[in-house]
Amino acid sequence: MSAFLDALLLRTGYNAALVSVGAMLLGLAAGAAGTFMVLRKRALVADAMAHATLPGVALAFLAMVGLGGEGRALWGLMVGAAGTALLGLLAVDRLTARTRLPEDAAIGAVLSVTFGAGVVLLTVIQTMSAGQQAGLEGFLLGSTAGMLRADALTIAAGGLVAGAVIWVLRRPMTIVAFDEGFATATGIDVVRVDRIGMILVLFVTVAGLRIVGIVLVVALLIIPAVAARFWTDRTSVMFWVAALIGGLSGWLGTALSAAAPGLPAGPLVVLVAATIFALSLFLAPRRGVVARAVAARSSSGRLDPSEAARWIALRHMEPTSPLIDEDDGRTPLSALLPPDRLAALDRGPV
Amino acid sequence: MGTEFVQLSLSPILIGICAAVACALPGNFLLLRRQALLGDAVSHVVLPGIVVGFLLTGTVSAGPMMLGAMASALLAVLLIETVRRLGRVEPGAAMGTVFTSMFAAGVLLLETTGASGVHLDVEHALMGNLESLIWFDATGWGSLLDPAALAALPPELFRMALAMTAAILFLAVLRRPLVASTFDEGFARATGQRPSLLSLGLVALSAASAVTAFQAVGAIIVIAMFVVPPATARLLTDRLWTQVGLSAVIAALAAILGYVLAGYGPLWLGGQHSVSAAGMIAVVSGLGLLLAAAFGPRRHRREALPEA
Repeated sequence: MSAFLDALLLRTGYNAALVSVGAMLLGLAAGAAGTFMVLRKRALVADAMAHATLPGVALAFLAMVGLGGEGRALWGLMVGAAGTALLGLLAVDRLTARTRLPEDAAIGAVLSVTFGAGVVLLTVIQTMSAGQQAGLEGFLLGSTAGMLRADALTIAAGGLVAGAVIWVLRRPMTIVAFDEGFATATGIDVVRVDRIGMILVLFVTVAGLRIVGIVLVVALLIIPAVAARFWTDRTSVMFWVAALIGGLSGWLGTALSAAAPGLPAGPLVVLVAATIFALSLFLAPRRGVVARAVAARSSSGRLDPSEAARWIALRHMEPTSPLIDEDDGRTPLSALLPPDRLAALDRGPV
Repeated sequence: MGTEFVQLSLSPILIGICAAVACALPGNFLLLRRQALLGDAVSHVVLPGIVVGFLLTGTVSAGPMMLGAMASALLAVLLIETVRRLGRVEPGAAMGTVFTSMFAAGVLLLETTGASGVHLDVEHALMGNLESLIWFDATGWGSLLDPAALAALPPELFRMALAMTAAILFLAVLRRPLVASTFDEGFARATGQRPSLLSLGLVALSAASAVTAFQAVGAIIVIAMFVVPPATARLLTDRLWTQVGLSAVIAALAAILGYVLAGYGPLWLGGQHSVSAAGMIAVVSGLGLLLAAAFGPRRHRREALPEA
């Protein structure tokens, strides 16, 4: 326990502290980039990219060994990972745009084939007499043990850069994620913002490989965003909440990993995020399971006539409102709208 | 070629073919129903179930682990649906949340309970170990007629053959309602069929194939064979049953070619060690998809008919 506390308070030495700070920055960036990705309905594209990094990592290792190096420099492995991840992203986009295959099939195909290619290359490395293969296995499930200072700095810098880009682009990204049509109308180049968003996701994926691992790094992008969705209906707030959850997961997860060095780091980080997600699912006000149960009981299943009239007024006055989908015959509009909007509905059309 | 091939390669190749076909067949319908990632999801979420099955019984026998795997697949389906409804997120994000969390839980369970020492380990689960499923008692082709030697075939072979037969039977018996509910759910319901029951049956069959294959040959083959052969066949033909047949042939070819290339390819290139067969099978199937995407006669999306 005290080892965990020490790690939590960054008291386990300079390197471990650096890893924790790096993971926290990475988590912040992942939460924000993941929110964009989830709202753009491309969550699993990142999984294809993550799996597509494996052949890149292996090829970069082989290239560095071929050039006479040790093959373990993290920046080199990350360059290789980014290269094949980009190819994976392009392959998903190409297959979806140029053939009749739907996106989920393209994702599944790219994910499994690239991962298979990576595994083939890993077995080549394992049998190479020159290869000091120790370390590459850590990329599958992530590890924080034995990380070099340069590696920790690389990860922290990656998180910082991704966070900075998101900060600069927060307005166009928020607007595109919120409403594509509105974004186009205000003169935002949606295609370009989407492209930058996916590059950011790729960046976070590659930066997160060493700590969270190929198989699970997508979780750091998806789970904070999905958890944040329970706390707010506003896109701009969701970015912040997700970043917070991602940062917290990175920090607590690496602290746990420092206290239990035998365990792979990726699952620890992901389980912290999953715990926060579970808490959100049950306890979030209004959207959480508990809040819903309470609301359903107090309204005893039926709306009183004045609340029902508000729904009817809403359907008349705002036929395109997304709120209409929320009408389950039980939820009063007064739980969903601020008082001034309610008053407008009660007045009726002018 | 003779004895050594029968001993070392015959049963892995047969198991590979059965696994590939058992996954590819239901994969066709999952592809058309936009559920292509089911195999991916299942092979992640079964890990905690398999570990719990092992911990409760203390053996690596198939029965309890299979039950555990089925239970956790069921739990995953429930969770995904809950997250999707309550969280109002797209199915992909709901799936991503659930399967990564359950996989992470499985890995930690495995690593903290000491189960990892025995036969279970994560890398093994991911990459499979087709090469180890050898037929030790074989003395040559003649062993195929020798009951004692046949009894010593790896049990995975019988399980995979059973899974493949189940998949073939399912499609053969339910072919009409399956087509109707896949292409026109309203019609299926109007003619008194039960499309939701059928969807459930399809998902259950797919999960059973995935779990059996996952245990025998690892996650990579499962994920690849559920998606890639059906996708390849989809780019070659418009006819559903031609597509299903082609996908089975493609899957079997990928299994054979992949295994042979992994085992003998490096030797031909002057290397001394074989490479991962599971990985190579996925790569070979990927090359097939690449060819179909570039040259397949039905690769393009059809333009919608003009409104009359």
